[in-house]
Amino acid sequence: MKKKVVSLLVAAMTVASLTACGNSGSDAPAANPAPAPAENQEADPAPTPAESEAPAPAESEAEAEAPAPAADGEVISVGFAQVGHESDWRAANTKNYQDTFSAANGYELSFVDCDNDHAVQIETVRGFIEQELDYICIAPIQSAGWDTVLQEAKDAGIPVLIVDRAVDADPSLYTTALGCDMVAEGEAAGNWLAEYLNGEDANILVIEGSVGASATLGRTEGFNNIVSQNANWKVLDSQSGDFTQAGGQEVMESFIKSYSDFNVVVCQNDNEAYGAMDAMDAAGITYGVDGDVTIISFDATHDGLQYTLDGKITCNVECNPLQAGFAADVIQKLQAGEAVDAWTLVVDEAFVAPGITSNYAVTMSQEVLDGRAY
Amino acid sequence: MDNIKKLTKMKLFLPIFSMLLVMMINVIYDIASGNPPFGFFSISINNGILYGRLIDVLNRGSEVAILAIGMTLVVSASAGTDISVGSVMSLSGGLCCMLLAGYGVTNVSEYAVPLWVGMFAGIAIACVCGLFNGFLVAYMNIQPMVATLILWSAGRAIGLLLCNSNIVYVRVPSFQFFGAYCGIIPTPILIAAVCVAVASIVLKSTALGTYIQSVGINKKASRISGFNSAKIILLCYVICGLCAGIAGLVATCRIYSADTNNIGLNMELDAILAVALGGNSLGGGKFNLAGSIIGAYTIQAITTTLYALGVSSAQAPVFKAIVVILIVVIQSQPVKDYFKKLSAKKAGAKEAA
Repeated sequence: MKKKVVSLLVAAMTVASLTACGNSGSDAPAANPAPAPAENQEADPAPTPAESEAPAPAESEAEAEAPAPAADGEVISVGFAQVGHESDWRAANTKNYQDTFSAANGYELSFVDCDNDHAVQIETVRGFIEQELDYICIAPIQSAGWDTVLQEAKDAGIPVLIVDRAVDADPSLYTTALGCDMVAEGEAAGNWLAEYLNGEDANILVIEGSVGASATLGRTEGFNNIVSQNANWKVLDSQSGDFTQAGGQEVMESFIKSYSDFNVVVCQNDNEAYGAMDAMDAAGITYGVDGDVTIISFDATHDGLQYTLDGKITCNVECNPLQAGFAADVIQKLQAGEAVDAWTLVVDEAFVAPGITSNYAVTMSQEVLDGRAY
Repeated sequence: MDNIKKLTKMKLFLPIFSMLLVMMINVIYDIASGNPPFGFFSISINNGILYGRLIDVLNRGSEVAILAIGMTLVVSASAGTDISVGSVMSLSGGLCCMLLAGYGVTNVSEYAVPLWVGMFAGIAIACVCGLFNGFLVAYMNIQPMVATLILWSAGRAIGLLLCNSNIVYVRVPSFQFFGAYCGIIPTPILIAAVCVAVASIVLKSTALGTYIQSVGINKKASRISGFNSAKIILLCYVICGLCAGIAGLVATCRIYSADTNNIGLNMELDAILAVALGGNSLGGGKFNLAGSIIGAYTIQAITTTLYALGVSSAQAPVFKAIVVILIVVIQSQPVKDYFKKLSAKKAGAKEAA
């Protein structure tokens, strides 16, 4: 009897955790298209923070080239508290900041890789405030828990830019925010599909990302906006593949058995698309430019774009990691004393397989792939 | 009537009944929506491979079934659970891919070391993890959940470090084979079948099963009767680690990459649930391996059913929870007692008449 009660309890706990899983992405990032979705990273024990990384090499570089050829002869010091280095996407994002805020451009960048540790990130920002830097950029690991440190920055009179992801804090506490618009990404995919199908019927299957993640919500909403404008489009089913390849494969296997008449598959990140392609290969369904099924994917990672170049993923909508230019524009405006918008949109591009031309997307070629920063 | 009674008294009756109950949901749904009623059970050969929802259940349930073998033994011998198995799966896959690709490389189409070296290392590290857990539990007398909590958090982190926090792709057909198809049958099904067969043969043909149960029922008494209780518990944890290693490699080969963030995520809970659904007591002692394996496939049947019904992903966890609660309640002692009483009454009434 007692043992049964114990087993019941454990089962109940398991169930509770199953249910809880559904929300794990709720405080997740505004934009993380990375192969390793940040929702999961947060749940995981992050590798111990690398303390040695604290003073960025950019600082010493700036010292070496002391007279920086800035426009007004003054070096602008910028602190950047980066999330970590969990993916190619993130690495490209970091490199872009380091290149843009270089000594040659008149900046002194203090770059700190916070290794997915929220506490380290808060301390990093405190450090920036103590160093009395001119500007602080934060790519928040978590959306919650920022009020105190943002207030400290405000009291110190340092403008704060929230980049890439969003924070749950009063907008008056920071100067401005910038990032990708997930709804716009979903709409871009829909608009391209409307153009590509040119009035043909669409029976669509959607493999969503993690339940509750902002990328999932935004991309679903944006795509559905376009679906509702097309009377002959039908979303047959929409299931979560958790942003993983295994998830995409399992969901696609099931879709294939439930529906025989689909011609469009929308995967909300590249990893899910890889899994969906494996499942279709096994079932003998042809896809891509020459096949029966059109695949749309998001993220446009290097591997994903390789598939686009090969004509397998017909359209791949990017989530742009090259955001530093947008941040630099905002800082230049602030420097000139101009007003800035509360929100700056980082413009995303879409890529389509060779042989297709589109008003909404760039046609893929080897040069485009080689020219990508990541 | 007697036959039915015999049937319901069988140990495996309730686990099998639960699984059929889950599958019946599909039959009802198919009838309601006008499809052929047994669409869920149909198996065909499509594109040169076995094709059907039942095959999906067997294929996708392989990892949990393999984990359930080790978990059953651990639960029986130590009256506790090994919650590190999911993490150890990720670690084993991560080490294997790291060796096959070379450190820091994220995408290869050629092995850096022979395939067997990578596979062996993956399984070896999992066994070492099992040894570590077993040592803490058997010789340090640390509670199993606390002892395995260490690797639960550290295992995945080490895997991430090994893979430099990247997803490492090994795009070689002989590596993908273990997660794809062997002839017409999905390879994971074969691997799971071999694991189950080996485990049951060893447990049946040697006295190991008896030793484990007796240690689980009373550790002290077993020691006094001459068993080395600590050694037996240690062995159970090593077997559990071995199972986690095999499951990790299957999950890795399926996606021909070490996605250390996601491989085996929350799978320890599925493995524990499988043991519970199989009618095993989590308090240790007597165990029923076949029940656990059926439990594992029942969990996968629920997932596959939810996909088949097209339950939206936001609601799926709630449906899963309801089904699991129902199954656990059916198998609980008070409900069993109630039915026993009911049938006793009936028998009494018959006699009186």
